[in-house]
Amino acid sequence: MSSYPWAAGYIDDGDRPKIVTSRFQYEDSYTLDRYHATGGYEGLRAALARTPGEVHEDVKAATVLGRGGAGFPAGTKWGLMPPGKFPRYLVVNGDESEPGTYKDRLLMERDPHQLVEGCLIAAYAAGLSQVFLYIRGEMPLAHERVGVALNEAYAAGYIGKNILGTAFSVDIVLHWGAGAYVVGEETALIESLEGKRGEPRLKPPFFPAAIGLYGQPTIVNNVETLSNLPWLLTNGSAAFTAIGTATSPGTRMVAVSGHVKRPGVYEIVNGSTTFRDIIFGDEFSQGIRDDNELKAFVPGGGSAPWFTADQLDIPFEGRAAGAAGSMLGSGAVMVMDHTTDIPKAALTLTHFYAAESCGQCTPCREGGTWLERVLQRVVDGRGTSSDLDQLLQIGESICPGAFPHASSERLGLSATPFPYKMTTICFVGPSAYAPVHSALTLFRDEFEARIAVSSATVRKQIPVTAVGAH
Amino acid sequence: MSRLSEANVILAKEIIGRYPKARSATIPLLHLSQQQNGYVTNEAIAHVAELVGATSAEVMGTATFYEMFKFEPVGKYLVNICGTMSCQLLGADELMHHAEERLGVKAGGTTADGMFTLEHAECQAACTEAPNMQVNYRHCHRMTTTAFDQLIEDLAAGRLDGEIPPHGTLARVRQQIPADKAAGVASPDASVVPAWMPAPEAAK
Repeated sequence: MSSYPWAAGYIDDGDRPKIVTSRFQYEDSYTLDRYHATGGYEGLRAALARTPGEVHEDVKAATVLGRGGAGFPAGTKWGLMPPGKFPRYLVVNGDESEPGTYKDRLLMERDPHQLVEGCLIAAYAAGLSQVFLYIRGEMPLAHERVGVALNEAYAAGYIGKNILGTAFSVDIVLHWGAGAYVVGEETALIESLEGKRGEPRLKPPFFPAAIGLYGQPTIVNNVETLSNLPWLLTNGSAAFTAIGTATSPGTRMVAVSGHVKRPGVYEIVNGSTTFRDIIFGDEFSQGIRDDNELKAFVPGGGSAPWFTADQLDIPFEGRAAGAAGSMLGSGAVMVMDHTTDIPKAALTLTHFYAAESCGQCTPCREGGTWLERVLQRVVDGRGTSSDLDQLLQIGESICPGAFPHASSERLGLSATPFPYKMTTICFVGPSAYAPVHSALTLFRDEFEARIAVSSATVRKQIPVTAVGAH
Repeated sequence: MSRLSEANVILAKEIIGRYPKARSATIPLLHLSQQQNGYVTNEAIAHVAELVGATSAEVMGTATFYEMFKFEPVGKYLVNICGTMSCQLLGADELMHHAEERLGVKAGGTTADGMFTLEHAECQAACTEAPNMQVNYRHCHRMTTTAFDQLIEDLAAGRLDGEIPPHGTLARVRQQIPADKAAGVASPDASVVPAWMPAPEAAK
């Protein structure tokens, strides 16, 4: 059960530091009054008392890793913009749609002022002249809460012309999405913001920091990433890096769902918390439901290759997860117990990415749909033995060469580390393949059993007559 | 007559004015037209195109990309049942099957009385509360077949009208940027160094 009825899914258990969820305990957490009473906008004041360059250096020193999925440090990203090219824009990625991911919506609904303040700090530090806050269309409550927060902040003088009496002026425009997973990819988000179909752009050259919205240098940052900035500016980068590890300081929000006793959204200590802690810990998900056995889990959102019990002691740290054959992604752990129909589970995820393809790249558009069809045939008991190798061949045309996967003691397999090569403009095509590849690599026997069943059924139904016999 | 109403044109122009390029207002205006008419009509597409300076074909091209824009009338309540991973692991198939039986339509269909449209949906960002569904994009968590039946009954009786607006209406409160407080759009055509940034530009 959620710790607070007004924050569905959020679990407040244990004595861990809270950087972004500190106000979730209050029912009125989203109001300006509560925000002021709990140190709100002090981070902005601290930033405005220093030069933009100093604030930028502080954010870089803190190593605030992107919390959208790619994990790229925010301060470094800001520094990639070419000098002298203006205006620059900030586009906030509030398009949370990755399967298993649930944190940005909570932050927008429960602490919208924290996000607003984070946007202002980023705009000040990096010289961003206008902010577009893109919220997923299917989250109308988030639109309302953020909309009201923006109205309150404008009235109080935190946004707009000459903020708090300084030379800093910026508008924040609330923009609504309309339902498209691929738009969460930063260049597709920009295309959507320009009024077009959300088709990703090729990188290079279209890294947004270089060529972004309307062709201008643009920073695209995730909601949770920006929400860290107020605490960071108020408490200092030393306090931030004192939490977590050197490569992964601070905290992360992680959603654990599926076959666990206590699914929930947890703010964990970054870098040191392990998957065993997250899935089995008393402060966290408390183990598998009904004390069933863990079969597999997706460690980092639907696009991530699967882990099994062999990987439970991997810490929530980017390099460790990559070396082990997967990724941290968007902080979404989906747990499958021994009752799970693995081919069906793989189909569910592959279907998602195939359906969400923007259609630009042939390997994704055709390959994703093809993977889904073949997999559907296998799941329905109409598969043949050549279907399994065909799935791998299709995957090869989306991601040539070795595809990342976890090690398996049971199968005598060693890990193939991240990343993969891809023939597509963005990662949606590879994501359609990842669940298939993981399922086939780690649980091929289940697929073969499915094929054997269907072949036996077919043999019974169609009597085979020898050629030439009458 | 489904072109934007006079009041909505005023709102549309205000929205367009927030963006450096008018085309950026395409999706917000399509939402506005859907709020007015319940779905996206060809007339509304043509009107949005006039307002943002695009062709109808361009606006239709944008509109057809996005799941939320419906091109035929939808029931008063759009019931979206999530079928992605965590919900699938915790009974989404059973919930959808039950919904189809209870409403008497297959996923994709609308009930004869025009009240409910049932659809498959993808991840609704509430995975810890599986199985999930949305009614007009308002979340309903930890659904059971019993809870579903109760919900349908409440909706049909109008008991939830305060919480769940009709299809097409998303946020019930809009952003307002007062003219006297606005910093102003940052046009990409005018290379202006932000006033608070040191000159010469000191980016790293």
